Amino acid sequence: MAGSLKPFYIGLGVIALAGATLIYAARGRGGEITDVDVPPVAPGGAVFEGHVIGSDSAPVTIIEYADFECPACAQFAILTGPDIKQRLVATGQVRWIFRDLPLSMHRNTMSAHHAAQCAGEQGRFWEMHDQIFFNHGRWVPERRPERALRDLAHAILVDRGRYDECMSSNRYMPRLRQLQADAAARGISSTPTFEIGGQRVSGALHYDELKRLVDRAAAAR
Amino acid sequence: MTHRMASAALALLGLLVSLYLWLWKTGALGLLACGDGACERVQLSPYAQIAGVPVAFLGVVGYFAILAVSLAGLQEPLVRRRWPTDAIVIMAGIGVAFSAYLTYLEAAVIQAWCRWCIVSAVIIVAILAAGIVGQRGLTPPAPRTSPSTPPPPPGPPAS
Repeated sequence: MAGSLKPFYIGLGVIALAGATLIYAARGRGGEITDVDVPPVAPGGAVFEGHVIGSDSAPVTIIEYADFECPACAQFAILTGPDIKQRLVATGQVRWIFRDLPLSMHRNTMSAHHAAQCAGEQGRFWEMHDQIFFNHGRWVPERRPERALRDLAHAILVDRGRYDECMSSNRYMPRLRQLQADAAARGISSTPTFEIGGQRVSGALHYDELKRLVDRAAAAR
Repeated sequence: MTHRMASAALALLGLLVSLYLWLWKTGALGLLACGDGACERVQLSPYAQIAGVPVAFLGVVGYFAILAVSLAGLQEPLVRRRWPTDAIVIMAGIGVAFSAYLTYLEAAVIQAWCRWCIVSAVIIVAILAAGIVGQRGLTPPAPRTSPSTPPPPPGPPAS
């Protein structure tokens, strides 16, 4: 019996090896790097620069283009974001700019981005950023996500009246449309995308990959 | 024993699919190869875990169990036994019911179709089919008779 099963076991081994190879190859997928001439966006210019954390004198600036409903962006924010804030931003190595890039393929993303702008109006953008990404399950599946987003905003102690007034006014929609157009003009169509020095890379990077690019950009200065 | 070979091969494929989704869930992989982000939407939904355990991990455990039983059932001491096939059918039956529930959630609640989940659903249905075909091919267990059992007393003569 064992002899007749030999080709079968070899076949199983081939399937297992091929599958393991494909899974291993998927580890680094999304990290394709391209050199780009990154046009600067002047603060106070026609286009909103983005939400910034970190020192203005940091040697490296990273621009993140992200969509709040994008699962890979959430994965990046949850798994890599805390390391970046503690080890790169807080230590003065990196100035981080978050640029909203709501993708039209996502049903609730505009509401989420607008909610983040409204929280940002009260100096709570980054808190809302974390709330939105860490609580995808609460608002992404909703047909009308406004109530869930409102609960998230209230959890970070924004002024309810001002938040509600901001949301109902839709006053940040022009900004979001402008950011979409700016990203399109730069040839950015997927999220998350990062501009690090003169290089552009897409995908939910791991910390080590990002740190390597930061070190490269710092060395190239 | 062809059905056990088929269920072993299918279970290995299912194991690889589940492993891929589970590793993504743990953050070990970059992006899911899914195309339109629907897989990620499903995998990040609250229905992608049960009591804190990722559904993909349950798939890893389930497919591994089917693979192990299928391979064990190909070994000489068990090759003529019926229970490995019965065990495959029971496990695959549970898997099909669970896949049906998850597919319902994708269609009616999450409203996104994860291609890898559909592949897994097809695989588990195929394993169940292989198991059922195998059960039919196996001879039913012979009724137990004990040589020490005395023959039943003769009944009253038929009128």
